[in-house]
Amino acid sequence: MEENKRITNCRVVIIGGSAGSLQALLQILPFVENPISFAIVIVVHRKNSDEQTLEDLIALKSKIKVKEVEDKVKLQSGFIYIAPSNYHLLFEKNETLSLDTSEKINYSRPSIDVSFESAAEVYREHLIGILLSGSNSDGTAGLRAIQAAGGISVVQNPLSADMPFMPNNAILHTVPDFVLNIEEILEFIKEINRE
Amino acid sequence: MIEDIELETLINDVYEYYGFDFGSYSRASLKRRVSRVFALEGFKHFHDFLSKVRTDPEYYKRMIDEITVNVTEMFRDPSFYLTLRKEVLPLLGTKPFIRIWHAGCSTGEEVYSMAIMLKEEGLLHKSILYATDINASVLETAKSGIFPLRMIKDYADNYRDAGGQQDFSDYYIANYGFAKFNENLSEKMVFSQHNLVSDTSFNEFDLILCRNVLIYFDNNLQKRVVNLFDDSLAVLGFLALGTKETIKYSISQTKYKQFAKEKIWRKIKE
Ligand SMILES: C[S@@+](CC[C@H](N)C(=O)[O-])C[C@H]1O[C@@H](n2cnc3c(N)ncnc32)[C@H](O)[C@@H]1O
Repeated sequence: MEENKRITNCRVVIIGGSAGSLQALLQILPFVENPISFAIVIVVHRKNSDEQTLEDLIALKSKIKVKEVEDKVKLQSGFIYIAPSNYHLLFEKNETLSLDTSEKINYSRPSIDVSFESAAEVYREHLIGILLSGSNSDGTAGLRAIQAAGGISVVQNPLSADMPFMPNNAILHTVPDFVLNIEEILEFIKEINRE
Repeated sequence: MIEDIELETLINDVYEYYGFDFGSYSRASLKRRVSRVFALEGFKHFHDFLSKVRTDPEYYKRMIDEITVNVTEMFRDPSFYLTLRKEVLPLLGTKPFIRIWHAGCSTGEEVYSMAIMLKEEGLLHKSILYATDINASVLETAKSGIFPLRMIKDYADNYRDAGGQQDFSDYYIANYGFAKFNENLSEKMVFSQHNLVSDTSFNEFDLILCRNVLIYFDNNLQKRVVNLFDDSLAVLGFLALGTKETIKYSISQTKYKQFAKEKIWRKIKE
């Protein structure tokens, strides 16, 4: 861990998760103070039938406004965006979001790797990727891409995760900049917002 | 991942050599697709790949087929089909003929879904379904009406969620891992190649479906295509897009009224 690695002018915080990540999100997002100087993008695996509930729940609990993700919506600081189920979420150079129905990656659509890699291409050193609980290997390659482009990678401490496999896999195959417990992730996000 | 400049070179070459213009496709997705093809084929250098594309028309065709995203389903988003069945078809049913256009129909699952609903609502005999795509090989599959059997359970569930009440297995014959859909469903279908980037309107329709196609286009091309649909739609006709697509960046909102909660708009004036 390079504890001293710093990010300047963070534009996007992208958070990926799978099984067990909803609880983690609900321990983080409601406590982030409005306004935020970056956008938060959430990419989690879920069943189609949960479509509305995740948006509604996060919108209800968090002080930051949730913007509905439709194709080519502008990505703006100060809002939360949640990847819709059954589409991959991609980032365009003109700061809009695109959707894509191509094949599942890591058995998943949206795939965390796909969104992380795409965000890394556009936001480079102004990007922070956070990988939460899950029981699948999605996200590891994405974190590597974020780091390679100059951004920062954060992995939830597997000991604090409901499903440690996903964060463990990332720790095993990459060298994350930070491995943090849930409360520390919250502090980390608050810290970036102060900068 | 390939470099941006490599992608732009490919786009230029394809335009120059074959006249096909990918220039207005969404870059994020296109770049992933091209990178995938490039990696799959095991080329060492991008210029080897480029020269293969330039000199081998057969290879070029295969590449296009690989780059376009053809993933589709029957009764994809059941609540959308339920709204079509309950709210749109009854309105169309009052007309002597019903003309429907599936733009970007891929392998045809959407078209067969529509035919099943029309049949059940007693409207198929007076309907005609034009189904177009840019990709010739998906159209061949669509014509055959043969889909993988392993998907059928999901499709039967979707069908039920979309308001279907018949025995879904009456609509196909299962054989060697495939389901062949009945010919009485495809009698009213016309398949042909049509390119939304460059081709024009070819008829007037009462319902146009273009689902999960515009997401691959940038704003300008989306505008062009939505206006092409506008030119091809009768007054009081319907335009249906994918669940995450919108016409709001593309056309004046005074001309179209969103219908129900789904991505269905009704053309209210010429
Ligand atoms: C993801 S599929 C959508 C299939 C179906 N409508 C659905 O929603 O399930 C997208 C289709 O758009 C077609 N397409 C891409 N570019 C096109 C173009 N320029 N003109 C016509 N069709 C195009 C592709 O070949 C592909 O079959």
